[in-house]
Amino acid sequence: MPVVNYASRELTCKIVYYGPGRSGKTTNLHYVYDRTPDARRGSMVSLATQNERTLFFDFLPLDLGRISGFATRFQLYTVPGQIYYRSTRKLVLQGADGIVFVADSQRRQLDENVQSLRDMHEVLAEQGVDARSLPLVIQYNKQDLPPELIHTPAELEDALNFRGVPSFPADALAGVGVFETLRLVSQRVLTRLASPAGAGA
Amino acid sequence: MLGGRYRFESYVVGASNRLAVSAARAVAEAPGSVYNPLFVYSNSGLGKTHLLAAIGHHAVTLNPALTVRYLTLEDFVEQLHGDIASGQADAFKRRYQGVGMLLLDDVQFLTGRVETQSEVLRLFNAMQISGRQIVMASDRAPAEIADVDERLLTRLSGGLIVDIAAPDYETRVAILRHKCESRSLEFVDGVIEELARSETSNVRELEGDLNRLLAHQSVTGTPLTPGDVWTVLGGRRAPSAPDEFESFLTDIASTVARSVDAWRVRLGERIAYWSGQGFRTAVLEQALDADDVPDVAELDASFATVAERLRGLEAEAIRADARLTGHPAFRDPDRLQEAEELTMRAIALADPPPVPRAGFRLHDLVRWAGNSVVLQTVAGIINDPGTRYNPVFVTGPAGAGKTHLAHAIGNALAARERGSWTVACVTGAAFMDELIAALQTGTVERWRARYRAVDALIVDDIQALDGKERTQEEFFHLFNILHRAGRQMVFTSDRPLDDFAGLEPRLRSRFEGGLVMEMTAPPVVDRTGRLTPVPDGDEAAAPNIDVPLPRYEPAEDLVSAEVVPVRPDGVDTFFLDPEKIVAEWPDVTGRVIEDWT
Repeated sequence: MPVVNYASRELTCKIVYYGPGRSGKTTNLHYVYDRTPDARRGSMVSLATQNERTLFFDFLPLDLGRISGFATRFQLYTVPGQIYYRSTRKLVLQGADGIVFVADSQRRQLDENVQSLRDMHEVLAEQGVDARSLPLVIQYNKQDLPPELIHTPAELEDALNFRGVPSFPADALAGVGVFETLRLVSQRVLTRLASPAGAGA
Repeated sequence: MLGGRYRFESYVVGASNRLAVSAARAVAEAPGSVYNPLFVYSNSGLGKTHLLAAIGHHAVTLNPALTVRYLTLEDFVEQLHGDIASGQADAFKRRYQGVGMLLLDDVQFLTGRVETQSEVLRLFNAMQISGRQIVMASDRAPAEIADVDERLLTRLSGGLIVDIAAPDYETRVAILRHKCESRSLEFVDGVIEELARSETSNVRELEGDLNRLLAHQSVTGTPLTPGDVWTVLGGRRAPSAPDEFESFLTDIASTVARSVDAWRVRLGERIAYWSGQGFRTAVLEQALDADDVPDVAELDASFATVAERLRGLEAEAIRADARLTGHPAFRDPDRLQEAEELTMRAIALADPPPVPRAGFRLHDLVRWAGNSVVLQTVAGIINDPGTRYNPVFVTGPAGAGKTHLAHAIGNALAARERGSWTVACVTGAAFMDELIAALQTGTVERWRARYRAVDALIVDDIQALDGKERTQEEFFHLFNILHRAGRQMVFTSDRPLDDFAGLEPRLRSRFEGGLVMEMTAPPVVDRTGRLTPVPDGDEAAAPNIDVPLPRYEPAEDLVSAEVVPVRPDGVDTFFLDPEKIVAEWPDVTGRVIEDWT
């Protein structure tokens, strides 16, 4: 649950970008970071290896200022996509208020997408979280690649979006769909404030 | 003084100002009772002054008798200086005497003005005490106004603080449309929307831009198109490429405003206030986490009542025992009962109720057929007070030894747990006199506290309460409190309960609910051993038991006949020694009496 402290008037949300390796999760965060005024963002913590692969996780704190009297903070995390960093993923996913699943639209990455999505559900189940109650938005990234290399959003929808959650085609490098995704997942997280029982994602 | 067009009806409510408007309406509808003071802050041009004026208008509409005064801090300072310069400092104080609602704008100018601050503080105190409303507006939060007296700062923050954020795009459109409608202006579709895209969040500037467009349109005589907007305005504030982050922020802001319950915000404010005052706010926090919408004002009022009570108790307790300063029980409404008990104990210890007279011992009582049952029972009570028979009600004629019995029981109980027990032993008449004195001096609470903290209560000659309604009422409450707490009570009376003419039934039934026992007057034996029964009504002939005796030392077994009483020096207590007194003297003829040589 997002932390709403009515007494100190603070609102904190944790949003995790999940997905297979090299699908563009860190790119999403970089785009948000670049578009955020200096005063609103904390320093982005990125633990990457020499060849720019996320080793542990990225962390981007956003301070949205006072909204309705609440000091509102968003914490954006990415998980390392590579399959052998499962324990790190588990750690990062802990206490997430919303998840953005960044899928790689490339045809040859479809299995990785499916595997990562399954992995996400397993990790959530291990943490006792009902995936259906957690706000989830899927992003089909790399839609800018030549059509012969990628699946269309409709095809990916069939393959991945069995829950029928909101989804966006995106080109995270150019920023297409980045804020749309973040906006929707944030809104769904915040809407859950009004119905604490969580009426489903 | 108040801007006539500034009313709630003309105030466009959006996500950015919804909370402020709700609070303002609440204040206007019930001045002085909901949020006092109400503090509104926002950047310039977002509607603070409008809101202040709207509160004033609405309040006067609802209650025409209410005097509302609107002024900026600058006006206030001017008045103050003017009055002081003309040597009429008193005139300034009188100026606000009849004001029921004070709307003070631009209070950020308090910064560093020491004399104004102290005047404002004085005014606040006077207005708040008499339940009159204060509303303030500032361009920053109270804590951010530099160089403000700490006391004034707490007053400013003591009510409700609300902010007005910059209006989002939709609200900007609504504001502009409203302005057009109220002035019967017309623009081509899309012009207003284009103007609302302006980067400025200042509504006043937006209104200025609207006026320029209007002037341009009326001068040229041709309607403006959306494409003309930024040309007419000189491209000053033409929005750059849509800022993704800003639009994200706007959307999030409206989502938060929809998702966050206003009542929770209000309750949160109150929690912050009370915890700032040092109170534990668990009760309020529970309500905050609950799904049901509580009546926040009522919740807060009841919390305030308890807090006030706790403060009163703490003050009382500290007067009695300074070590209790800052005791956590006085800051936790959940521990009100504990705080009450602490206070009572402190008061009782500082000013103890009458104690049993030293020296009276149970085994000094002449034991004979007329009181043996009573003595036996009493011994049991002393070993195990509060559980067997409570209360014990002993009746008997004068001279039966009731007073001795009462004080002896008191001494025995007071000696329990190494003398740590507080035992009150008082006559019915003294009890009543104390109450009357307490009523006279207005210290009834203190008087009650003394008695409510005792471990045992013994009232001798309780018949004095007969027909005294007020005393009986007090006694009734005291009885209930002690009975609930399992404290032993013993009462003596010179007449049976049936002979009480003016005893309240509720007390009578409580007395009867314990154990009622009767003692009869013992036959008196004079020094020569002759039996001289006490003549009826001749109390002078009864043995004088009000003799001072040494302090009571508890015996191993209180009813043991083997105990040899210690004979006090200088007092003839021959007749009190059970071994030397027999009810019927045996026939001496069968005895060998040795002569002493």
